[in-house]
Amino acid sequence: MSEVIKVENLSKKFTIGHQEKERYTALRDVMARKAKKIFTFPFSRKNEKTVYRKEDFWALQDISFSVEKGDRVGIIGRNGAGKSTLLKILSRITEPTAGKITLRGRVASLLEVGTGFHPELSGRENIFLNGAILGMSRVEIRKKFDEIVAFAEVEKFLDTPVKRYSSGMYVRLAFSVAAHLEPEIMIVDEVLAVGDAQFQQKCLGKMEDVSKNDGRTVLFVSHNMGAITALCQKGVLLSRGKVERSGPIDEVVANYLKSQQLSAGLSLLSRTDRSGTGTSRFSEIYFCDSEGHRVEQLLSGQTCELRFRYEGTGRFSKPQIKFTIYNRTGQPVTHFDSNLQSPFPPLPGSGEFACRFPKLPLSAGYFNINVVLVNDGVVIDYVISAFTFTVLPGNFFGTGRNVGGVEDVCLYEQDWHFID
Amino acid sequence: MADELIIEPGQTEKHYWRDLWHYRELFYILSWRDIKVRYKQTVIGAVWSILRPLLTMIIFTFIFGRIAGMQKDTSEPYALVVLAGMLPWQFFATALAESGNSLILNSNLVSKVYFPRMIIPASSVITSLVDFAISFVILVAIMIIYMYTPSLNIIALPVFILMGFLAAFGVGLFITALNVKYRDFRYIIPFIVQFGLFISPVGWTSDRISDQWRAIYSINPMVGVIDGFRWCILGYPLYVPGFLVSLGVTFLFLVIGIRYFRKTEKSFADNI
Repeated sequence: MSEVIKVENLSKKFTIGHQEKERYTALRDVMARKAKKIFTFPFSRKNEKTVYRKEDFWALQDISFSVEKGDRVGIIGRNGAGKSTLLKILSRITEPTAGKITLRGRVASLLEVGTGFHPELSGRENIFLNGAILGMSRVEIRKKFDEIVAFAEVEKFLDTPVKRYSSGMYVRLAFSVAAHLEPEIMIVDEVLAVGDAQFQQKCLGKMEDVSKNDGRTVLFVSHNMGAITALCQKGVLLSRGKVERSGPIDEVVANYLKSQQLSAGLSLLSRTDRSGTGTSRFSEIYFCDSEGHRVEQLLSGQTCELRFRYEGTGRFSKPQIKFTIYNRTGQPVTHFDSNLQSPFPPLPGSGEFACRFPKLPLSAGYFNINVVLVNDGVVIDYVISAFTFTVLPGNFFGTGRNVGGVEDVCLYEQDWHFID
Repeated sequence: MADELIIEPGQTEKHYWRDLWHYRELFYILSWRDIKVRYKQTVIGAVWSILRPLLTMIIFTFIFGRIAGMQKDTSEPYALVVLAGMLPWQFFATALAESGNSLILNSNLVSKVYFPRMIIPASSVITSLVDFAISFVILVAIMIIYMYTPSLNIIALPVFILMGFLAAFGVGLFITALNVKYRDFRYIIPFIVQFGLFISPVGWTSDRISDQWRAIYSINPMVGVIDGFRWCILGYPLYVPGFLVSLGVTFLFLVIGIRYFRKTEKSFADNI
């Protein structure tokens, strides 16, 4: 086995603020900043500073790893861990700030399904267009044409402009073109998030085939751990721009899931990836059952309380706490805001908030919350992914049967009756 | 292990021109796409590329030929004089406008796929070239109407077409690269085009400029191209010093355009 991808000390810095030197952009920036100041009048200046510091950051820092021929490598990490940036550098779309990559073999990257598809052109024409964009020659496309069409199941609509396609057909056609590329190294970003489950399965199968039979190397980014473990043998876990772990996929995925739970909950006070004035900070977030006992596992429909302990100094004149629950795929499920009903009276700088769920309306699955503590419009502490928790199927409807599949997100009270 | 590719910061790619050749199919296909899509969902389709120069020609012939009375100084039909200037100018103007906005319009490609970025503005200049070829029909038609036989110089016409192409490509490259970072150029291009129509000798002939200024006037590369066209089609004498100045400026822009484009190309995906 030989190395086909070798990444050494790769770094990428994004300096979003560097355009400020230029007159045109600066003028606009200044105006925007002024406008922002008017609208965020009650915000302290310190808060604004934190926003600006964030503009200059390392998306990747000192990344090194290597991939051998025929490996299928899953790249995982939270949003913003640098996965997409890494793929963009590997596909030569953007340049690294430091480091070196050696690639041996033809690279094809699929960072988006249907890049360059033109809505006015027919399916047939788009196959040629998209193929050429992905680096196939016309001869190659012609040779594979029937296969592509059959895989996408769009035979009848080949001469219809793709703007008239259903979104499913569109995605199928687009993926199909890409799936028939014959590069030595294939880079795929989260493209399977689209399309129905059956087609996703078909695509994964195709990628696996390609890799196993022809010894091609696949780099695959996804948030879908199921897809990753099904396809890849190896994994690289990125965390805040660094390689946290690499190795056999099962270990890396386990590590990722664990780190997600670890970084939430236990070490909340020691986390540094937070913003706000910091005069008070969230120190612990946990669930309690109806008797006030701390619980690690929750059931759909259970009566429980989500508690937020915070520590700090001073007093809050107009305290407000907000949090958002996100599901496994990062979609927000619902927002909570202590000001929605009756705002809190002035409170001390340390203490504990509790939010009661008379009947937890979440389905079984992983959830994640972002939480922010605000005083009189000023952000005191803001933590992304502050807490993760698991909900198990529970007796939501009081029927004695456990409900709440992994496929759905929340549960509703239902009242059915029949009218003649 | 045939293809070994090394990605490093600040690396001027050795394979750039080879890559450009490798991606030539993309080049054809992008031009083809633009041509194909250009007049989709229009009723009269490609007739637009004839109608626009035709109407402008009629107006210019009327204004400059009749109202300004320039017609009496020329023995050739004034419509032909205008057309010989109008066709290259219109080509330049559309090519500049199209290539200047090309990267922005194709930002989804730029941020998602690698290929030598130069293909995008180049293929949009090609697209305008096709329009230009179609509008050539007018020239032929007018010649037939006036029973006008062009001079033998017409054989040299491709040279001037190429020059117009390079002028548009050079300036277009520069502008499109700037446009990625400073969107102000989106507003500057129509301005250049509008202005240039009157600055360039489209409605009149450049021999109206006195000899001492003519070389300076030719800093506008389109002056050389238009003069060349008139030389080819109407057999007008070609003012050689002016032509050389235009040619020099064309190449200067081409070099600046390519260099600036290559320099900024790597950060297109970050800035777009």
